[in-house]
Amino acid sequence: MKTADLNLLEQKIAEAIEYIACNMESSCRAALEKAREGEENPTARFALDVMCDNADIAAKNGFPVCQDTGMAVVFLYVGRELILDGDIYKAVNDGVRRGYKMLRKSVLDPVTRVNTGDNTPAVIHTQIVEGEKIRVEIMLKGFGSENMSKVYMLNPAQGLEEAKRLIIDSVAVAGSNPCPPVIVGVGLGGTLEKACELSKHALFRKLGSSNPDPELDNLEKYLLGEINKLGVGAQGFGGNTTALGVFIEKYPTHISSLPVAVNMLCHCSRATSFEI
Amino acid sequence: MERKITLPLDKEVAKSLRTGETVLISGDMLVFRDAGHKRLFESIKAGKPDINYEGETIYFMGPCPAMPGQVMGSCGPTTSGRMDKYTPYMFDTGLAAQIGKGKRSNDCVQAIVRNGGVYFAAIGGAGATYSSCVTKVEELCYSDLGTEAIRRITVKDFPAIVAIDSLGNNIYER
Repeated sequence: MKTADLNLLEQKIAEAIEYIACNMESSCRAALEKAREGEENPTARFALDVMCDNADIAAKNGFPVCQDTGMAVVFLYVGRELILDGDIYKAVNDGVRRGYKMLRKSVLDPVTRVNTGDNTPAVIHTQIVEGEKIRVEIMLKGFGSENMSKVYMLNPAQGLEEAKRLIIDSVAVAGSNPCPPVIVGVGLGGTLEKACELSKHALFRKLGSSNPDPELDNLEKYLLGEINKLGVGAQGFGGNTTALGVFIEKYPTHISSLPVAVNMLCHCSRATSFEI
Repeated sequence: MERKITLPLDKEVAKSLRTGETVLISGDMLVFRDAGHKRLFESIKAGKPDINYEGETIYFMGPCPAMPGQVMGSCGPTTSGRMDKYTPYMFDTGLAAQIGKGKRSNDCVQAIVRNGGVYFAAIGGAGATYSSCVTKVEELCYSDLGTEAIRRITVKDFPAIVAIDSLGNNIYER
């Protein structure tokens, strides 16, 4: 049996936060470049030019891409053969505290609105998996996009057709607020909170990758096509680049329901994963 | 081609701006967002406004801490819609312009029209770009709010789009 190195976990989390705050996720940067090349609306094109330049300025100088360095969302996959001699959640939050030292502290008490002062706590999801490693997926989630999230508890008669309509509609209603072009995460099934978790986790997928489930892959392609016909465009200025990608995850649900959660990511995805 | 404009915004210049125009803004602006507005309105209600915003331009933004070599940390716009409830009163009492990102309520559009104001959209997410436009920062009040304190900043060639003009043209309603 191996003992988990929680000091290393803390250090790697701090380093990951410092890095991703200043370096737009690479598949997202590539997708923005492609969008800029294909955009004919001059105002949207101007916005895409600024977004691309901004990503480069940030990476070159080590400045945060966006001032909203978000709330840290962490998915932990903990190998069941590991011995946890300490508090893994404390290690994660200590890493978050260190990583955010030079970043904006946006986390506060929802009732008193008093800032916690160090951007902790992170939102942590944990799963026990095979093996003796800890795998970490971490995202700095901005709230211009988070505020545009939707969840619907559909009945089975409404089905996928209504789900599709509502997913497209949620992007239309969000309009300029989530800093489009957006990445759309969708959770289908489970319970209320499971659908939400799936929609968040879906946002870790790389742009340009295919869904391994052929039905979901088709659904993603259909939704992306329809969303890009909405005309919201970059920053809501119009044009054909409303979304860079749609990612769907599913989970079995109850005979009475079809939960649908939509979680959006702005055009600057800041996420990474590592293993220790 | 970008049109260069300076702050404080001249009334005639404000009226000549048209939705969709790209501008590069230079000069002084006030900076604050949700909590700053809430507290300012408490002071207005109490009859003693904590700042005077007549003729000013407000940028909805809460910056990152400055890194070594930066005057101000990353500082792109935040979603303006959350400040909609404060906006008509501010234009009616002398505010010249606002800068933020995203659509506004009809009440805001009407207030802009009635007062010859303007709403500029900055590019959301472009925090590093906007940081490089800031040449001076001064904290005015509410320092306990951290990133949400009220500041005055001086900018040079700050890129933005005219989103709502004094005729009520609205880039988000096409």
